[in-house]
Amino acid sequence: MNAEAEAGAVSPAATGAEPTRNVRIWRPLTDVVETAEGIVLMMEMPGVVADDVDITLERRVLTVRGRGSSPQPDRFRLVHLEFEPGDYERSFVLSEDFDAARIEAVLKDGVLTLRLPRAAEVQPSKIQVRAA
Amino acid sequence: MLHPLTLYRADPFALLRRFGETLDRMPFGTAAPAFPPLNLWQNEAAVAIVAEVPGVAPEDIEITVKDDVLTIAGQRQPPGLPQGAVWHRRERAFGRFTRIVRLPFSVDPSQVEARFANGVLTIALQRPEDQRPRRIEIKAG
Repeated sequence: MNAEAEAGAVSPAATGAEPTRNVRIWRPLTDVVETAEGIVLMMEMPGVVADDVDITLERRVLTVRGRGSSPQPDRFRLVHLEFEPGDYERSFVLSEDFDAARIEAVLKDGVLTLRLPRAAEVQPSKIQVRAA
Repeated sequence: MLHPLTLYRADPFALLRRFGETLDRMPFGTAAPAFPPLNLWQNEAAVAIVAEVPGVAPEDIEITVKDDVLTIAGQRQPPGLPQGAVWHRRERAFGRFTRIVRLPFSVDPSQVEARFANGVLTIALQRPEDQRPRRIEIKAG
């Protein structure tokens, strides 16, 4: 990627083209918990730094993407493989409206914790019936 | 769709080998995969082990080395949740874990370096200087 930047190439993000990478995309293991305030999601994304996480909420679809890093040690050969570093992506369809502006995301030790508070306007409200 | 065989025409066994590699990665059996998953890299002087340990604080990991045996132990703490929280989906696992790895050679316990970043643990182990393979010069005459 650095070589492209040096050659004056425009990054895919700048042109609106889909950024492509020749790595696998994993579906992160996720715990979903409901609390009084809303929903808490905990997703396992080892190898991802906070700057490489992209969270979008569009209508009712929450999409989380994480760009993993795969350091290849120099002058070493791989003798045993149990996991393959890659990117992470997972979408969730939310059952009700959440306040996109108040979503909190914290990445710690490879686990992304997302707190989605419910939107104030979807709190139940009572409708008065007037006698005509 | 392009048949994979057309891509590997130079090596007739490449496809078979690829198939074998794919099989190796498939999670067969009902047993849970070992935690943490490890990748092992080596050269003639050192071994590097990379492990994925998401959700484990570095202070909860204990690494011990004796001769050619490396032990990684620790605990995955469940998240602290407020009272009345309801679980909708539970995919992650918690609890104690231990993995014992036999290394390809004995290592120098004083030269082990472990790093932890973003849920990935990297351990570098050096082979003692006197046990490394030495290149023998051939003398003329």
